[in-house]
Amino acid sequence: MSTTTDTRAAAPAQARPDQAPRRRLKPALLGRAPQDTPAGKWTYLLLGLTFLLSIYPIYWMFVIATSTDAALAEIPPKFLPGGEFMKNLTEVFSLQDVYFAESLVNSVIVSTVITVSVLFFCSVAGFAFAKLRFRGSRILMVMVVLTLTVPNQLGIVALYILMGYLPGEGGWNGSLLAVIVPGLVSAFGVFYMRQFILGAVPDELIESGRVDGATTMRIYWSIVLPAIRPALAVLGLLTFVGSWNDFQWPLITLGGTDYPTSMVALFDLASGNYVLYRRVLAGAFVATVPLIILLFVGGRQIVRGIMEGAVKS
Amino acid sequence: MRGLSHRLHRFDVKQMPYVLIAPFFILFAIFGLFPLIFNGVVALRTWRLDDPAQDGWAGLANFEKLLTDEDFWNALYNTFGIFVLSTVPQLLLALCVAFLLNRRLRGQTWFRVSMLLPYITPLTASTLVFLVVFGRDYGVANWVLSVFGMDDPIDWRAGKLQSWVAIATMVNWKWIGYNALLYLSAMQTIPRDIYEASALDGATSWKQLWRITVPMILPVVIFTVVLSTIGGLQLFTEPMLLDANPASASGGSNGEWQTIAQLIYKVGWKNLNLGYAAAMSWALFLIIVIVAVVNTLVTSRLGGGKR
Repeated sequence: MSTTTDTRAAAPAQARPDQAPRRRLKPALLGRAPQDTPAGKWTYLLLGLTFLLSIYPIYWMFVIATSTDAALAEIPPKFLPGGEFMKNLTEVFSLQDVYFAESLVNSVIVSTVITVSVLFFCSVAGFAFAKLRFRGSRILMVMVVLTLTVPNQLGIVALYILMGYLPGEGGWNGSLLAVIVPGLVSAFGVFYMRQFILGAVPDELIESGRVDGATTMRIYWSIVLPAIRPALAVLGLLTFVGSWNDFQWPLITLGGTDYPTSMVALFDLASGNYVLYRRVLAGAFVATVPLIILLFVGGRQIVRGIMEGAVKS
Repeated sequence: MRGLSHRLHRFDVKQMPYVLIAPFFILFAIFGLFPLIFNGVVALRTWRLDDPAQDGWAGLANFEKLLTDEDFWNALYNTFGIFVLSTVPQLLLALCVAFLLNRRLRGQTWFRVSMLLPYITPLTASTLVFLVVFGRDYGVANWVLSVFGMDDPIDWRAGKLQSWVAIATMVNWKWIGYNALLYLSAMQTIPRDIYEASALDGATSWKQLWRITVPMILPVVIFTVVLSTIGGLQLFTEPMLLDANPASASGGSNGEWQTIAQLIYKVGWKNLNLGYAAAMSWALFLIIVIVAVVNTLVTSRLGGGKR
């Protein structure tokens, strides 16, 4: 964009925050767009405050998870974590009718299978919609976009009934299949992959593959797949987070069974007759840690995925 | 030999695209579209989990029951109350945060990533934390209020308004940072010369925010309004877990904060009346569509009027 360079060329000294002249001019009067204006003290202060408010509940969860029952009755509230984490955790894992350890394994299975499947099926479908010519491709793509807008919770009663009729003892309700299979594809994934492949894979590359006699799947593996790694990372992270945190449908279909996901197990943990919040929050903390690690490792990609999605919509 | 490879090639060109998109459409048809339609059939029947012998056509009986069901109207009232308390501050504060983020920042990526901490935290986990924060006797919320001079501790589960505020706080906490990033990404696509031109006319940055930034990002604002309408009207996890006995799904001793999604769960899987729960789902669907359309119109009016 030429205007960017124009602005910077006109005021080269002001482009660097440390060299900005200390004149009493409002930033807007310098003619700079907000995103080129260095942040002032107040901006940092308010952003810092926002950060503290964002992290406090998570930190407080850790404080209670590491404390004794007495910590919940302190005024002012306890600020530093205690040393009881292992004890609380052992109690959570040894509770009779909560199945917390199994639930973590189940959550890992569910989220991993769904993520791998969404990445594969959505990237091949996105590839077909972006680069292959076939009859009805436009109208079918419109259908994909339309399904994005339908809140799928609304068919939840019928979905439960449907699961009851599927093959197997008592149908699929109460088994991980009921949670996994409906999540194997996502309309958002197809849409996101199509948009990315349109821009990331040049038509000439695909044509030259065709000329060399490569099949469609061969082109997918050796030309498309290497080019869309960043998009796979973004979609994979968003999908994993989404399926790990899913609660309502797993509660309906897995609630009261011996095979809950960790979200359902947390619900059980908080539902007993004798609820101890140091235990509940120790369990909650354990179920949160994998996602915090994921944010730490893939935060950039998650931010990018969310921001790109916004512009495209 | 030649014939076979020729036919294989034809298949690869003509049929392969359909093979690639088939998994999506097949799974969506079975687990997405079919339940949505079948839900309409279930709503017209008596469908009880405890007593299959009663099953049969019920005509519009489920819908008639809905019109006079006090629980339903109470849940509708609660859902709207919580929706207003959570959506309006959420989107306004997200706009403020995006405005702050839309500067040249040191540690820019770090700030953006940190805004997503609430978004990635499992809703069940964060709700359980807020459950403790909003405790009557030793909760952090009441302690903060007492620091500011409000010495009467609030019993957050004792009435509609205070329980709505507690739930709205959870929703706001979770979604402000996420929406801020959506706004930020739209803000960064605004051409820079528009700001230059308005600066020549002597516009302050406050004026620029309302005259340029907000109207320019209006499509994304409308998008977030629609998203938060769809999400806000289906609120489930927060009201479920705020309860002292979450498994009851009753939303307080007198249904102070019982939402429609929660009532659907209760009717369907506690009272085992799936037919009636399906009818309620349809009603909720209709309400969501109406509210989403109205909100879109209102937002584009408000945003467009500022130009």
